[in-house]
Amino acid sequence: MLGHLCAEEGLFTALGELLGTASRGRPARLLGLVFAAAATVTAVLSLDATVVLLTPVVFATTARLGLRARPQVYACTHLANAGSLLLPVSNLTNLLAFAASDLSFGRFALLMAAPWLVVLAVEYLAFRYFFAADLAVAGPAGRQGAGSDVPVFALATVAATLLGFGLSSPLGIDPAWIAAAGAAALAARRRTAPRALLRAASPGFCLFVLGLGVVVRGVQNHGLGHLVARLLPHAANPAALLLVAAIAAVLANLLNNLPATLVLLPAATGHPATVLAVLIGVNVGPNLTYVGSLATLLWRRIADRHDHPVALGEFLRLGLLTVPAGIAAAVLALWIGLTVWPA
Amino acid sequence: MTVVIWVVEGTWPACVDAARRRAADEPDPVLLHVLPGDVAGTAHGAFAGLLGRGHRDQDPGAEVERLAAASAAALLDQAERRLGRTARREVRTGRVEREVVAACEGADLLICARDGDRSRLGPRSLGPATRFVVDHAPCPVLLVWPERAPALDSIPPPPPRGGPPHP
Repeated sequence: MLGHLCAEEGLFTALGELLGTASRGRPARLLGLVFAAAATVTAVLSLDATVVLLTPVVFATTARLGLRARPQVYACTHLANAGSLLLPVSNLTNLLAFAASDLSFGRFALLMAAPWLVVLAVEYLAFRYFFAADLAVAGPAGRQGAGSDVPVFALATVAATLLGFGLSSPLGIDPAWIAAAGAAALAARRRTAPRALLRAASPGFCLFVLGLGVVVRGVQNHGLGHLVARLLPHAANPAALLLVAAIAAVLANLLNNLPATLVLLPAATGHPATVLAVLIGVNVGPNLTYVGSLATLLWRRIADRHDHPVALGEFLRLGLLTVPAGIAAAVLALWIGLTVWPA
Repeated sequence: MTVVIWVVEGTWPACVDAARRRAADEPDPVLLHVLPGDVAGTAHGAFAGLLGRGHRDQDPGAEVERLAAASAAALLDQAERRLGRTARREVRTGRVEREVVAACEGADLLICARDGDRSRLGPRSLGPATRFVVDHAPCPVLLVWPERAPALDSIPPPPPRGGPPHP
């Protein structure tokens, strides 16, 4: 919701202009900038904002510069998942896990900062290799954007909201109130109609998650809970954490990451290290197929609706290159973080 | 003689210039641009991964498709201007390399450019899609360097005796 209000303030249009100007028409430079933008937008405004709002803007910027769009668009979709490790608000899975982890907002971010950064590094190296040909061709020189105003109010509100998130735990306030306050500030300025606000809050989806939670609880009570509890190690050594993340990644691809989180969290509750390893798995893992099962059905429907087949093989090969390495590196970084900053 | 000019972001001016220089008198040139289908596809897929959050009309894939069609038209406009005469335009969507080969059916010449690592002479100066097109095109191919070709001494020295030829 905060993301949509920022889009109304022109934040993403301004970001596109900035990316275009700063890249100086060089594709590799643009890729680095898109990585920074997508990782930041995902972490601060959530992955939905990157998928829905940033992706078209990045495409438009790339086209305006006369560059090839593939690496840049793939970067947005990949980082919407892989860039969502940093904050409890970056991904719905994080919010669910945050509630179960007994961690403060600040400690969550502290422990996840290193995994977030190493996943980004792994993705970046993989992209440079995978899209080397697309990145080797520069565009025509001297094409500049029209230049648009920087939406200061939106940026200030987002910064204040972030600060509020950081202070929420010591003050004992639920981060949801802080986010609501940020959204309210932007909505009041824009005089957004209540109806549009309601739409941005996707009440239907909230109901869906609630329903999903009930279904998962039902399945768990009938034996799945015991199975998961037996399967999931609780030790905080690298091997155990890696196993947790791997199980989570496989489940995220089989079930989609939201149900996977709901299935795994009860068995991990009370063990912050395990909870965070689950998150690494469910957040980075979906890049392997993206379209893991439940979503595959949707994807199939989408692919049918459009006349050209979607190149799934390409996505899979890029996933194989990035996901296992990213998860391993992130788990290692998490373990180092846990060792350096013990609770 | 039908000449197909493959217009790709970044390298197309060299192809158009080659057409002007070497096929100026051929009637009815074709300016071909292929939109990679997976670009909009990955945006559609990412949206599907949100599991129904957001409304259908927010699907970024649809917006990317719209923008892609507009940018293809703009690219072909520029190419036609540079060519200096009217040309038949063809925009396809799908797997780039296969669409290009399919579009060359019945053509007499395809003009395309190297698009890989062009710091030295050798097979790496072709990206994977161009490699496929050069290998599978059903017509003669004119393969141009988008900029001045590297000097002959950019070829690495031969390997010691007995080894395979160096790329």
